[in-house]
Amino acid sequence: MSNLLVFPILIPLCTAVLLVILKEKILLQRIISTVSALFNIAVAIVLVSRIRADGIQTLHLGGWAPPYGIVFVGDMFAALLVLTAAVTSFGILLYSFGSIEAEREKAYYYVLFHFLLVGVYGSFLTGDIFNLFVFFEVLLISSYALISLGGTRLQLRESLKYLLINIVSSTLFVAAVAYLYAATGTLNMAHLSQRVAEAGQGGVLGVIAVLFLIVFSLKAGLFLFFWLPGSYSAPPSAVRSLFGALLTKVGLYAVLRTFTLIFIQDPGVTHTWIAWMAAAAMILGGLGAVAYNDIPRILNYNVIISVGFVAFGLAAANGDALNGAVFYLLHDMLSKGLLFILGGMMITIGGTDRLKDMGGLIKRYPLIGWMFFVLALAIVGIPPFSGFAGKVLLIRGGLDAGMLTLSLIGLGSSFLVLYSLIKIFRLAFWGDEPKGERSRVNLKGAAAVSAALLVLVIVMGTQAEWVYSYVSKAGDVLVHPALYIEAVMKE
Amino acid sequence: MEWMMAVAIGILFMTGVYLILSKSLLRMILGTSLLTHGVHLLLMTMAGLKTGAAPVLGNKAEAYVDPLPQALILTSIVISFGVTAFFLVLAYRAHQTLGTDDMDSMKGDES
Repeated sequence: MSNLLVFPILIPLCTAVLLVILKEKILLQRIISTVSALFNIAVAIVLVSRIRADGIQTLHLGGWAPPYGIVFVGDMFAALLVLTAAVTSFGILLYSFGSIEAEREKAYYYVLFHFLLVGVYGSFLTGDIFNLFVFFEVLLISSYALISLGGTRLQLRESLKYLLINIVSSTLFVAAVAYLYAATGTLNMAHLSQRVAEAGQGGVLGVIAVLFLIVFSLKAGLFLFFWLPGSYSAPPSAVRSLFGALLTKVGLYAVLRTFTLIFIQDPGVTHTWIAWMAAAAMILGGLGAVAYNDIPRILNYNVIISVGFVAFGLAAANGDALNGAVFYLLHDMLSKGLLFILGGMMITIGGTDRLKDMGGLIKRYPLIGWMFFVLALAIVGIPPFSGFAGKVLLIRGGLDAGMLTLSLIGLGSSFLVLYSLIKIFRLAFWGDEPKGERSRVNLKGAAAVSAALLVLVIVMGTQAEWVYSYVSKAGDVLVHPALYIEAVMKE
Repeated sequence: MEWMMAVAIGILFMTGVYLILSKSLLRMILGTSLLTHGVHLLLMTMAGLKTGAAPVLGNKAEAYVDPLPQALILTSIVISFGVTAFFLVLAYRAHQTLGTDDMDSMKGDES
């Protein structure tokens, strides 16, 4: 029992409720948001160190022992994701101070921001499949509001699509929960794992597993992701970076959790599907990233590639691959958040999101240009940076599992990532600047935030061994679900 | 009893999907809410249908209905109402701004 687990959910929740009252006082809202985000980072750090010292933490709400009560579970995987999400969202929060218009700020931007975080942290920490649905809905409804906040024509059109696809997938989620409850009689994930193991995963449970796979991969942008590039391009760049960094990762977390904990008896079917979807996401995402010429779409297709890459780790499902998936997921949250921030700054200084109309930005903003370059190397996976360790582990795990084709696709998609990012760098920063006066924009604050995040990305790469000592603990739980079940069911 | 529910759920799902596939926004919204209602009925049916007892287990209760699915359905209904309300407002705003409720005529590249 540890009440610490509920703090990552309570802090943003209370902050959001408080901020509703302070609608007109933007400065106060900013201060409170910052303080709350800092608190969240602190709590997440304490949580991680507690889990490292004492093992998996659980919290039975209302004192009802599992399998009857609702339970929150903090294993290393969830805690590391909470910590990374807290750090990334703090960076995005600071960036949004300068980049979100006052109108949007007054229209409850920070409130929605914190509600979104409630959903994200809750999804990571819950140990109950229906609560996962509820937290999913919390984050989705905040994201619906954030994506349409401002109400431009593009935003309205794209948010309708986004809303529709998510309502349908949530409906399927409830249907899947209904079937699962009928088949096993429980909703607690650890208990579910035991029951599924007792029953074997043939017949109806196999169908349920596939249904869950469809639902989660729809939300992760792994399956039928064609809505994602358009929808995530519509909102302002701070919201875009929040979505790119956090939303698909929650779906991925759900896929990783359910298919390493609950549906593990018959990997022949589900994990083959995951492998196919991963391959499709990497190839099609790569082609999309290469094909488009505006910054938001290129970056969004990069999100799809990395989703496919993490799913590849799950498909291989051995120790190295799962460690790699965790490592890559952490790296990806941080670096995608930063990538979208830098992309947003480029759109601000270039005055357009079309690469063809940009050019020569490096003369006026050398720092941003070189930060983008270094980050591009980190995302592609050049050794001293953080993408490398995750990729090595994933590819090694994939090769161990005999997935040569998929490993090659993974490596090939890295080239597409490199090409698409270097295309941005070449077209936006080099070449001749288009004619016409451009007002100089003050981006000192945003540049400082990105520099800090970039330092984290670099530290994560150079200190990979130290990070790995945490990541391997997270991977342990994924490889040996018995650890998770024991921790939840022991009392 | 179960077969009746199955037929009802099937009809709700069928109508919901049909409406979602149409082009008008309002029909889509009706479709999603029919779909979620179908899912709620599904949840109730899958948890086992019993009649004549309350979902409360007292000391002297001879029979009771599993309370968990009822709690789940209640939560899910609340969520679906919230989402439907948001969808309606968004559709209204989209109709105001874009001047149409036809998904086909919303295409375009302008921002």
